Amino acid sequence: MYRQMVLIRHFEELALKLRQEGLIHGVVHSYSGQEAIAVGVCANLRTTDRIVSNHRGHGHCIAKGADIKRMMAELFGRRDGYCKGKGGSMHIADFDVGMLGANGIVAGGLPIAAGAAVAAQLEGSDAVAVGFFGDGATGEGPFHESLNISALMKLPVIWVCENNQYAGDTPIEQGLAARSVADLAAGYDIPGKAVDGNDVLAVYAATREAVRRAREGAGPSLLECKTWRRHVHAQRDVPPPDRRPPDLMAYWEARDPIPAFEIYLQQCGFLNADQMADVRLSIDRDLDEAVAFADASPYPAPEDALEDVFAP
Amino acid sequence: MTTLSYAAALESAMSEEMRRDSRVYTMATSPSPALLAEHGPMRVKRMPISEATMTGIAVGSAGCGYRPVVHWGSVTFAFMAFDQVVNQACKIRYMFGGQRDFPIVFRARYGNGTRSAAQHSQTGYALYAHLAGLKVVLPSGAADAKGLLKSAIRDNNPVVCFEAGRGEALEEEVAEDDALVPIGVASVKRPGTDVTIVALGYMVYPALAAADELAAEGTSVEVIDPRTLVPLDVDTIRKSIHKTGRLIVVDESAPICSMASEIMAVVAEDWDTCRKLRAPVRRVCMPAVPVPFSPPLEDFVLPDQARIAGTVRELLGYS
Repeated sequence: MYRQMVLIRHFEELALKLRQEGLIHGVVHSYSGQEAIAVGVCANLRTTDRIVSNHRGHGHCIAKGADIKRMMAELFGRRDGYCKGKGGSMHIADFDVGMLGANGIVAGGLPIAAGAAVAAQLEGSDAVAVGFFGDGATGEGPFHESLNISALMKLPVIWVCENNQYAGDTPIEQGLAARSVADLAAGYDIPGKAVDGNDVLAVYAATREAVRRAREGAGPSLLECKTWRRHVHAQRDVPPPDRRPPDLMAYWEARDPIPAFEIYLQQCGFLNADQMADVRLSIDRDLDEAVAFADASPYPAPEDALEDVFAP
Repeated sequence: MTTLSYAAALESAMSEEMRRDSRVYTMATSPSPALLAEHGPMRVKRMPISEATMTGIAVGSAGCGYRPVVHWGSVTFAFMAFDQVVNQACKIRYMFGGQRDFPIVFRARYGNGTRSAAQHSQTGYALYAHLAGLKVVLPSGAADAKGLLKSAIRDNNPVVCFEAGRGEALEEEVAEDDALVPIGVASVKRPGTDVTIVALGYMVYPALAAADELAAEGTSVEVIDPRTLVPLDVDTIRKSIHKTGRLIVVDESAPICSMASEIMAVVAEDWDTCRKLRAPVRRVCMPAVPVPFSPPLEDFVLPDQARIAGTVRELLGYS
């Protein structure tokens, strides 16, 4: 889990840098700061379990086992990217590891996650689905529809809200009338739990219980993971100003999930400082390889734009 | 052969395909009792009135290997799910580089002429035809309804099947065997030599009636039912114009950016066909107004036999 969290952090910081240098095209929504959630949730999942992500999807891809080389190539718009350069940052998917795609429409992925759970039910397997979404998605109709339908059909799905407090520029208290996202679960008669989304072990434990219920056929759960994104909502050519209050930024910076986990690992004697430095070094080597792989991959031929619309 | 109504033909396509392939399942807010009795609630799902999420569930489960059929009811309600169609179903295969296929059928009743007022009287199919990544079928009669719905269920892409509300009770001979109607192939409903009428969906019937009326005057009208809007069988339409030199498209929709406009564009872009025209092309559409409720108002705006026949006579005057 530690390695994955650091990998996501370094991947994301590198992606922002490469975006500014112009090697990565388009918009990048950085997952930096929210690593404990993707990692804590996905540590409970098998390859046969499926997740659906949102626009801030790199962390979910990595945590579900996607290959960082093919991810980087996709961000570069190259032929060897996961989507052959047709998706980019907001649409990375790896169906072979159960990552059914990042998704650029707020709450748009939640019905798709419900569909993955319906598929698990039709298969008669004990596979589960996870729908990741931000606090902003609670304003969308399909969020409420998906909760309702998953409860009615007892779908094996875990709804994971990554409440990073701000939907774009809008603080959650101006976007949601309920006191908390987790409270909404009661309206649909499903378990709802709020946890510290910067505490990977808390996220892991809460997800383990929700996954157990889902595998046993007891239906969906809603998990609200309170967290903070370290960067502006979206990185573009000219990044928009970050209008979040500085005191809140400082509050959350002091609660960064990675140093917190490092202290825990050291105190318990699981990893010492040297071992952590080794992890970081090996991750940076892997990232160098991913960038080299992406850079060596050719751009797709222009006429490839006409392929893949329809199945044969 | 057996005689079936349009609605019964669609139902029989559903039940045959569900028997044939266990991956086919269906979601509806009011599922067919016969289908439910035969296949049970796991494969015939009764859903709350949540068109968007029903549609997204279809996308998600199709990506996991299932072949969902979503019954939107009327196209009126399908607009609640428009985001899931436009942004997900149409684009997901392409955006993900063809990693998976998304075999989904969306069924939507459409049409006018039932005194149901503006929200429940519309065609909508041009909106869906415009979206890259979606096939659109529009059967006019029972045999095509059964054959096209069966083909749509077996297709590996999202397909919207537009079902004529006014035609539900119309009966037709339908083959009892596995008679598929291929997607993308038009049907010449009546051969003729003087004027080509391309009639969409239920408009085939007033077009055929107008052709009968004109035959008595010595005018030979060819009536073409495209049956599929995406992909459109352009060749059959162009070939007919080579013979007749005159084109009318009958579409019970507003004319702006309509399928009628699209059909005219594919004719105009082909010089070999264009140079064969002996008269201007004509759209017989609705005026660009919402469909009104009161019978004389609704009858005034909808294309009918008299307007179609009158337009044919007008075009004959050009040679």
